[in-house]
Amino acid sequence: MRTFRTHHRFAKIAVLFASIPLLNQVASAQLPPTTLTKPSTPEKAPNADGFIQRWVILEPIGAQGLTEGAVRAEVSKEYFPGQLTIIPHDGDRVTVAGSELVWHAVDTKNYNVNLFHFARSLSKPTSDVLFWAVTTVNATQEMHDVRLAIGSNAASVWWVNGQEVIDIYGDRQTVIDDGVSHRIDLKKGANLIRVAVINGGGATDFCARFLDAHDKPIRGYTVTVGPLATNLP
Amino acid sequence: MKDIVLTTALLSSLAFALDGQIGIHDPSTIVQCDGKYYTYGTGGSSLVSDDGWTWSRGGTLPRRGLAPDVIHLGDRFYVYVAANIGAQPKAAINLISSKSLDPASPDYKWEEGGVVASSDGVEESNAIDPGVFLDPTTGRLWLVYGSYFGFIREVELDPKTGKRLHPNDTPRDLAINCEASDMMYHEGWYYLLATHGSCCRGADSGYNIRVGRSRKVTGPFLDAEGIDMIQGGGKLFIGSESRRIGAGHFGLLDLGEGVQKFSMHWEADLDRGGASVLDIRPLLWQDGWPIAGENMSNGTFEIESVRTGTALELAVEGMPVGGRPVRRPRPPGAPMPSGSPPAPDGIGGPPAGFGGIFAGTGVPIPPQDVNEVAMKWPAGPIDLRLANYLSQAQQKWTVTAMPEAGGYPGSPYFKITLAGTDRTLAASPGLELVVVPAFTGAPEQLWRFDQLADGTWRIMPKSVSGSKTPVALSAIGSSFPTLEKFDALSAKQHWLLKAQ
Repeated sequence: MRTFRTHHRFAKIAVLFASIPLLNQVASAQLPPTTLTKPSTPEKAPNADGFIQRWVILEPIGAQGLTEGAVRAEVSKEYFPGQLTIIPHDGDRVTVAGSELVWHAVDTKNYNVNLFHFARSLSKPTSDVLFWAVTTVNATQEMHDVRLAIGSNAASVWWVNGQEVIDIYGDRQTVIDDGVSHRIDLKKGANLIRVAVINGGGATDFCARFLDAHDKPIRGYTVTVGPLATNLP
Repeated sequence: MKDIVLTTALLSSLAFALDGQIGIHDPSTIVQCDGKYYTYGTGGSSLVSDDGWTWSRGGTLPRRGLAPDVIHLGDRFYVYVAANIGAQPKAAINLISSKSLDPASPDYKWEEGGVVASSDGVEESNAIDPGVFLDPTTGRLWLVYGSYFGFIREVELDPKTGKRLHPNDTPRDLAINCEASDMMYHEGWYYLLATHGSCCRGADSGYNIRVGRSRKVTGPFLDAEGIDMIQGGGKLFIGSESRRIGAGHFGLLDLGEGVQKFSMHWEADLDRGGASVLDIRPLLWQDGWPIAGENMSNGTFEIESVRTGTALELAVEGMPVGGRPVRRPRPPGAPMPSGSPPAPDGIGGPPAGFGGIFAGTGVPIPPQDVNEVAMKWPAGPIDLRLANYLSQAQQKWTVTAMPEAGGYPGSPYFKITLAGTDRTLAASPGLELVVVPAFTGAPEQLWRFDQLADGTWRIMPKSVSGSKTPVALSAIGSSFPTLEKFDALSAKQHWLLKAQ
């Protein structure tokens, strides 16, 4: 029944907002991203449970569909040059379909990154959208046979150092360790983590951490926006 | 997890009998020596196997007798062999021992250890059918023995020599109306297993294995109804089933890592001309009582993770069975079913009947045709994942025995294919999983199924390229399977097989 109720509720909300033009954007602009702050330190350790709490996120791009085919189609589009290779910094700008979008560096207070808070605080849409987010994991030594473990609302595709490692689809909630990569190695130094999250409607967020060979969270690294010491926003 | 036993124990009635030469009566506990499995039966017969699945005739013990039992202590194998002295119930149980059970080994040298128990033909005992038990909590060694001429009795042995301790002490009486007794320990309880009913009558044999338990190794052993086995009590453990008649002579085969099996014989396997044959089955536990589990059999299943409740599936885009939901018009004037939720198909007033996305098609929806939905799937190797079970084609797996590929104690290896296709589950280098286009017989495409104590299953590839460590199918996270070293205490490697 959850799916029905969700859709039913949003159908009603959509009807309400349709009768009050621009209320959505106006109301959203008045609500701060209560779980997100600007980074104020050069680097940040994962939290006690190993969750990565620092990301740089691009303002949302319109996108439709949560099925595997629809998500693959959206993610495979080139929205801006170097979308699978760039290391963005806070305030960087890209142009997508004629609109200028801004990358924002954020720290989250929670295990997850609340994209609904993020977009709403910028008066941006939260439904039928695609978010790009990037972070850098700085390892003091090589790490072998680790796994990226993520949850997302809703569908998402993940890359580590340019290699796609996880894809999950459908109208799903952010379940901790929902999607887990094969065993991968992290190199000494900067390792780039990139994600595309596509939301249909309602809440949207994601979480990510690394697990060791025993499926225990890894905390022995730092997180920066861009390589360490080159990128303080 | 207790309820799991009830739901999965019914899985199989057509499991595969052991392969090869498996004719034996009164098999001893199965022991391993230098990688081979051995069991000894009445009349000097023995069976040997490299893998526990395919058996052949073994050597003959220097002492022939009735229903031997064997235990491995230190660097020696101690075999207890009973024989009647003249007519029953005058009998004696003799000890022989050797460092090896392999006749080809230089250590295959039997030494006589003397009589450890006897009956004089007058007393209420028949000193045959020995069962030897090492108490894992104390290190003390015990022997139970006896048949229908009186009591099942218990004496203590010396774990350093295998010989009788305190030979002048009177043996302790434990049970009546049974024979072929043996003991085991599990989570604070001692279990006495003994065979009731008549033996040696082929398909007319009423042999069945029963069990009682006690907090003390010396009893009393009560069944689940509280009846002492010395008063004839005994909870049924396993009796005749399907085309196998008369179950007798329990023997524990503990494979470690929480995987337990047991050996026994059927008085008559109707598929083998009514011969008495060896069998090996999983040993399950429920509410503190042993349960006879099932070996794997052919079938089509949902393979569901106990940890996550999600099902193994080919990582392809699923199509809802019957197509994607559509809103259908409600029949004019049709009443709303009592208690049904409001249909979300209109904003302009109350519904006039039952329609919308809850109404269905009005006719049964056939199973999804894999050949239709598979047209969009890649032809080459495809990854695996876990997802909510939706009865879709990419979630149904056909398990087929591959007896020519060998096996493991009790069962052959199996291939696992996506139902209705040749696409085959395989272990891939790096201890991950992949579905390949077709079965080739490669060892990474052969799978071992062991039913675990809670009735769930451990699923292991025969081998993985580049890995010497045995690994099992494991649910990592909610949505992904992998291969990891088996941990009996983790639900990650416990799987439910739900017949389709």
